[in-house]
Amino acid sequence: MNVDRWRLEDLYADYARLLDDGPLEDWPGLFVEQCLYLAIPRDNFDAGLPLATLRCESRGMLADRVKAVQETIMFEPRYLRHHITQIRPTERDDGALDVTAHYTVVEVLHDELPRILSVGRYLDVVVEDDDGELRFAEKRAVYDSVLVPNTIVYPL
Amino acid sequence: MRQREDWGTDGITEAPFWVYTDPDVFDREMARIFCGRSWSYVGLEAELPDRGDYLVTRIGNRSVIVTRDQDGEIRGFLNRCAHRGVKLCRQARGNSRMFVCPYHQWSYDARGRLKGVPFIKGVKQLGGMPEDFRREDHDLPELAIARRGGVIFASFAPDMPALEDYLGATNTAYFDRVFDGRGLRVLGYSRQLIPGNWKLMFENIKDPYHASLLHVFLVTFGLFRADQKSQVRMDESGAHALLISQRGEQKASEDTRDMRNLRVDFALEDPRLLDPVKEFPDDATVVMQTVWPNLIVQQQSNTLALRQIQPRHAGAFELHWTFFGFDDDDEAMTTRRLRQANLMSAAGLVSADDSEVIKLAQDGIAEGEGRSLMLMGGRGTEDETHMVTEVALRAFYKHYRAVMGL
Repeated sequence: MNVDRWRLEDLYADYARLLDDGPLEDWPGLFVEQCLYLAIPRDNFDAGLPLATLRCESRGMLADRVKAVQETIMFEPRYLRHHITQIRPTERDDGALDVTAHYTVVEVLHDELPRILSVGRYLDVVVEDDDGELRFAEKRAVYDSVLVPNTIVYPL
Repeated sequence: MRQREDWGTDGITEAPFWVYTDPDVFDREMARIFCGRSWSYVGLEAELPDRGDYLVTRIGNRSVIVTRDQDGEIRGFLNRCAHRGVKLCRQARGNSRMFVCPYHQWSYDARGRLKGVPFIKGVKQLGGMPEDFRREDHDLPELAIARRGGVIFASFAPDMPALEDYLGATNTAYFDRVFDGRGLRVLGYSRQLIPGNWKLMFENIKDPYHASLLHVFLVTFGLFRADQKSQVRMDESGAHALLISQRGEQKASEDTRDMRNLRVDFALEDPRLLDPVKEFPDDATVVMQTVWPNLIVQQQSNTLALRQIQPRHAGAFELHWTFFGFDDDDEAMTTRRLRQANLMSAAGLVSADDSEVIKLAQDGIAEGEGRSLMLMGGRGTEDETHMVTEVALRAFYKHYRAVMGL
């Protein structure tokens, strides 16, 4: 796959837009059907410990998470803003892209000043899906901010 | 300083809001509860497999070092240099024979005994410690250690009762149900700083009444529901408690009309998220054990975790989760545990409700005068065989008031 940096930028822009502005139910569509999504604290990742705070092993599990956010979890209303930078692809032998990027998620609760909810890096695998669209086959949000300010509700 | 009369009642069906906000009460809690006669959870032996391995954790708001010494014994001491109060260990875990303060390089052994003071006799006959300075007067407070089933507890009190006497027979039996002697395998950690008083976390886990109402996810998938076979059991002191329940079916019943959040139509697109298998000899599918003063042992389906409560100040605590399985778990079981961990963590589909509601509780409590009401299920502190009760909260405050002199 020829690396088209603009297409890749668009994928990450869509990722941030769908999580921050919605529609959230379109967010799983950025992943291939058999995907892996992990939000994992950096200390677990560095120590080789498998526990993730969010773990989805299919687009269906991503959709279940979205439905839980929309319908079952009780939480204070909040706005999020994902800032994704330093997107850097490396082409693999199988044509997929290993992509690293830095991210910061700013959280705004209704009655409080903005704060950084999470900061870390993405370790992703991006592929061209059967329909020609770029999608995430794997996404690991490895977060440096291991002490989470209260609760992670929306995906990182 | 608050007195017993300030509580407003002699009973345990109410707790005044100031117990969640007053900095003096917090200081007394640190002194009397966490640094007093209690066994605090500090870690797992599986985290310290080799001699010299150490971890840094907290008992209350005090940083402590727990280590396996050169003889293989577990030791613990305060993580604070006797010289100027500097934190000795900056790493959360590691391996070391000695613990050296970065400031003036005072060094301590695995029991917190002061072994080295640079320039103790001065340099070129200048300076140095006075004649009457004795190293042994400046050892760090050593912790008493208790171990059971691979779990390590520590105490600042040197003359604590044995752990099984501290827990009582029932709580010991349920503790042993999970920690049955098999080797433990740490799967990882999750940490969150919850902006609420630490007691609200205990109250939450001791309160089965809320679970059927707040937690849509638990109720909808039948993991914990008011109409299931359940028990609330405590030790004699009221300090520790067990919520025990058995998974039922995902259907409506005559008792579900009050469960406004029951969603019989809700189905998972990928049901692998909830694929529990029976793994303990009894029929309980969830046992939540609260051990005074800082531990929650969680067995919800196949997700096992120790939740350690680390109070930071009256208005905030860290909840430090250690997820684990057993050495003899096969790959399918490990995967199952990792998937079910989606329910419980800093981003848990269930536990998110709790950390969010604790924040909202503290927001309300911090407004000032008022009290928390704990009348559901009556006024007593006896064991119960249903979920519609706040009995374990009352038992907790019976013990709390005695220890705190409030």
